[in-house]
Amino acid sequence: MVKQKKKRVVVAMSGGVDSSVTAALLLEQGYDVIGISMQLWDYSKSGLEAGEQFGTCCSIDDIHDARRVAEQLQIPFYVVNFEEEFQRLVIDDFVAEYFLGRTPNPCVRCNQWLKFALLLKKGRELEAEYLATGHYARIRDDAAGCYQLLKGVDPGKDQSYFLFTMTQEQLAHTLFPLGGMTKPEVRQMAAKYKLRVADKDESQEICFVPDGDYVRFLEDARGTGQLSGRIVDRAGKVLGAHQGTYRYTIGQRRGLGIAHPEPLYVIGVDAGRQEVVVGTSDELYSEGLWASAVHWIGAPPDSPLEASCKIRYRHQPVACRIIPQPDNRVEVRFIEPEKAVTPGQAVVFYAGEVVLGGGWIDDKI
Amino acid sequence: MIYMDYNATTPVHPEVLEAFLPFYRHHFGNPSSIHWAGRPAKGAVEAAREQVAALVHCDPAEVVFTSCGSEADNLALKGVAAAQRHRGKQIITTSVEHPAVLNTCLYLEREGYEITRLEVDRDGMLDLDRLEAAITGQTILISAMYANNETGTIFPVREIGAIAARHRVYFHCDAVQAAGRLPIDCREQQIGLLALSGHKLQAPKGVGALIVRKGVKLHPLLHGGSQERNRRAGTENVAGIVGFGKACEIARGSMVSEAERLQGLRDRLQDGILANVANVQVHGHPAWRLPNTLNLSFLGVEADSLLLNLDLQGIAVSSGSACSSGTLKSSPVLAAMGVAPAVAKGSLRFSLGRENSEAEVDHVLQVLPGIVERLRGV
Repeated sequence: MVKQKKKRVVVAMSGGVDSSVTAALLLEQGYDVIGISMQLWDYSKSGLEAGEQFGTCCSIDDIHDARRVAEQLQIPFYVVNFEEEFQRLVIDDFVAEYFLGRTPNPCVRCNQWLKFALLLKKGRELEAEYLATGHYARIRDDAAGCYQLLKGVDPGKDQSYFLFTMTQEQLAHTLFPLGGMTKPEVRQMAAKYKLRVADKDESQEICFVPDGDYVRFLEDARGTGQLSGRIVDRAGKVLGAHQGTYRYTIGQRRGLGIAHPEPLYVIGVDAGRQEVVVGTSDELYSEGLWASAVHWIGAPPDSPLEASCKIRYRHQPVACRIIPQPDNRVEVRFIEPEKAVTPGQAVVFYAGEVVLGGGWIDDKI
Repeated sequence: MIYMDYNATTPVHPEVLEAFLPFYRHHFGNPSSIHWAGRPAKGAVEAAREQVAALVHCDPAEVVFTSCGSEADNLALKGVAAAQRHRGKQIITTSVEHPAVLNTCLYLEREGYEITRLEVDRDGMLDLDRLEAAITGQTILISAMYANNETGTIFPVREIGAIAARHRVYFHCDAVQAAGRLPIDCREQQIGLLALSGHKLQAPKGVGALIVRKGVKLHPLLHGGSQERNRRAGTENVAGIVGFGKACEIARGSMVSEAERLQGLRDRLQDGILANVANVQVHGHPAWRLPNTLNLSFLGVEADSLLLNLDLQGIAVSSGSACSSGTLKSSPVLAAMGVAPAVAKGSLRFSLGRENSEAEVDHVLQVLPGIVERLRGV
């Protein structure tokens, strides 16, 4: 009798609760599971001294945790070194975007260029059918040979926003076992499997800026004293001075140092003119946005469509009309004016639970 | 399961295990104690010292037991640097040394010493004329390895020793990979200091030695009791030392025949790979190479993918040098030999030892070409 060969899956293990439970679940479901951690960052380069506390998605302690979980589950575990690629494809872009007056989202790019490209390829090299991650999102095969990406069922954890760049080919070879679960359920599973990371804290949003001081990170990369200039209002009236446009993001209220009868917010960052534009809360609103490098998960629409969109991760989807333009660009019109459209962030389109696609915000309308 | 990573570590020889187990079970005494419990421990340590000395041809009194090869290298470099700083501050070494030497030299450089790192050629070989030309009135130490851990290239140790003697400079030789695999003669080869590691020659981990020849002055790293003739304080790792001594004795008896056998297996592996896989490049000196070591690049394949695939099939080999998280970085040794980064990225090291057989080599030859072909297609 020929023994049925188990389907092999590579789990991207970060050392956190989510990816650890992912590995345990798949193992229980009978997969041949291999754990892999990506080393993305050379910790010795970080400004922090050894021994200082920093829990991030790629710190050496987290790789240690992932390794220990893999030992507990008795699965093979490897660490792959993507430091050079992470620098080139994620960090360099992160820095460049800030210095162009934009507010980047490195997590989308990390998924796009590392997890679902390089790591997926590593998995294929190990003859794995699937790459699995601990993302809170779902994949559905619509029976017509087309894969759909759906929101995770836990509204507080849904991570589909970070996954809008996924292609049909990637979706066909990806598993998100946590997509149908809530975070408390995942924590319960971790406790049930007695995973050593069951009580571990959530990771931060930008793994390579462990202390959250992104300004210092940018100045370490490019030096200080750049792009300093004037703070102006919409009419061009000078209200103050600033020490670098990269220190500001749309909607920011703190750090302006301007005495004004009404609260002022950053409503624009113009790196070319080295100006930070401020305005009142009302002036933060816009009618729509322009986005480029748009990716559609299914067939691209050839006519305008009604949908909803998220313009940043922590944003409730709002109703909009999407008007396709040439060169993978779109014009998006909000049904109600929307606050703080931020160039550099992703706009992701939804039809209910289904992710239609998304693009990168260039400008507000 | 097939283990072909003997340059990383070796399984403990069964006779070695038998020799040291009584020192965990029964003879627990402290060698420094004069009573009945201490005496057998002391005797065993001294017997082991003689066994180590016999393997590398030095006086037993010249053997300083350490916790590992890295400690031996640290003791040699830092110890000589501290003791000789009045004479000069230049240390000559090579660009392909083990990190235990390279990083200790980096540390000494930050402490104000001048480090001269000699380049090697495409085969990883040292140019003796350049070595001699690098010596100045300030030179206090030449540190060169016996055989390279990654490529197996063997340095002309006797000639280096002669040059050092001629210029009255100390010669430290990191022989961690060579000991038990190649004949070593500290007297004839004029080696002043020699670093050894137990676990590379079938002794347990946690024991090594630095040979410090008579007349060589060095400061200790560890201060404390008067163990090891005041050159290394700390209660001796008695069982480890006993095992190390036994392993040296075994190596001395079997080294020549075992080297011949391993070279046969290694050549069979090399010839088989070259015959069955296209676009392969062998690294290391064609003749002056450890008999058990085969380092080669599979062009167009990433070594870690190859390593992982072999591991999933139960075959243990290595690639590059592992860093703290266990990932692979591209090898500085191959870079120093002028190997292009893209080629170095695909480099895999097979290092054979006692338990390997012809059948195992043939099994690898059966599995490997298919994996390489598949990876080249992904």
